[in-house]
Amino acid sequence: MSFINYSSREINCKIVYYGPGLCGKTTNLQHIYLKTNPKVKGKMISLATETERTLFFDFLPLALGEIRGFKTRFHLYTVPGQVFYDASRKLILKGVDGVVFVADSQVERMEANLESLDNLKINLKEQGLELDKVPYVIQYNKRDLPNAAPLVELQRLCNPYGVPEFGAKATTGEGVFQTLKAVAKLVLADLKKMGS
Amino acid sequence: MHESQLVMQQEDFDVLNAIINKLVRDANARGIFVVDKAGQLIAETGELQGIDSTSLASLTAGCIAATGGLAKIVGEEEFPTHFHQGARDNLHMTLVGDRMILVVIFDDRSSLGLVRLRVKKAGNELGKLFEGIRKRAETGAQSLTLPFSEITDDDIDNLFSD
Repeated sequence: MSFINYSSREINCKIVYYGPGLCGKTTNLQHIYLKTNPKVKGKMISLATETERTLFFDFLPLALGEIRGFKTRFHLYTVPGQVFYDASRKLILKGVDGVVFVADSQVERMEANLESLDNLKINLKEQGLELDKVPYVIQYNKRDLPNAAPLVELQRLCNPYGVPEFGAKATTGEGVFQTLKAVAKLVLADLKKMGS
Repeated sequence: MHESQLVMQQEDFDVLNAIINKLVRDANARGIFVVDKAGQLIAETGELQGIDSTSLASLTAGCIAATGGLAKIVGEEEFPTHFHQGARDNLHMTLVGDRMILVVIFDDRSSLGLVRLRVKKAGNELGKLFEGIRKRAETGAQSLTLPFSEITDDDIDNLFSD
């Protein structure tokens, strides 16, 4: 649910990175934080366990520039991916404007990807949203690993709607910004549709 | 279910700022924040130096969301008021309507009793304000021109050009 402030001429949108545990959601945000100009980013918050597993959420505010005189700000969130944190994932999805689903390319994690995708659909539905109606992109992370499943297989199983998809290696940043730009564009295009 | 987009006009902000500026004086508070449940900062006033209000808004929403989840587990609808006592500064959070949170930071220049008293009145006024905004959005009564209708695909592409 984007927020339009006519007084300060700002548009604020929320993007949530979703996916199974250890797929690379936090790594995506960490890379974005590392590589973004300090003038356009805020502080990154990570609520995590001692072993650096996301406990509640990561948060990174970004200012992407001006569009028609309005400053566009995107708030990036990640959810905790471990299965038993479902209650927290529901809360973080509240007010979402765009979703990045980060799939773990490893063959052994295919089932976890599909479980997480189902979970995303269910949690969105509880908010009155349908995944095929929400600005949504998929990132196939860890493309560099030797046990990475073929892209065709991942696409077939994880992307039935044919949404924009990107291969990535979040640890080096490959595909990270392309993914972010794609989902941000979809969110703005969606707002444009609503405005007309 | 799915909430409508929140659009605030200048006159809404004028009313909002008047309410929270009065509250910060009446409650002898250090700072006041209005945050939506999705973590967006709506308005702020007071002695804000050194406070990262963007992070505060996000964490406030997270805190409210988490305790809302706890409330349902114990059979409550929600816990509408939170108070956190610090060594120097204290935090008072109240839910306003369905989707807003009023945050008051105060120190020993004020007291919990005074804050609660003033927040009650201000909360009612804010509730009426946001209810009016919501109704306008739902009935389409607002005669505003959303900025997005004029956005072109090139505008969006230019935002991301390197």
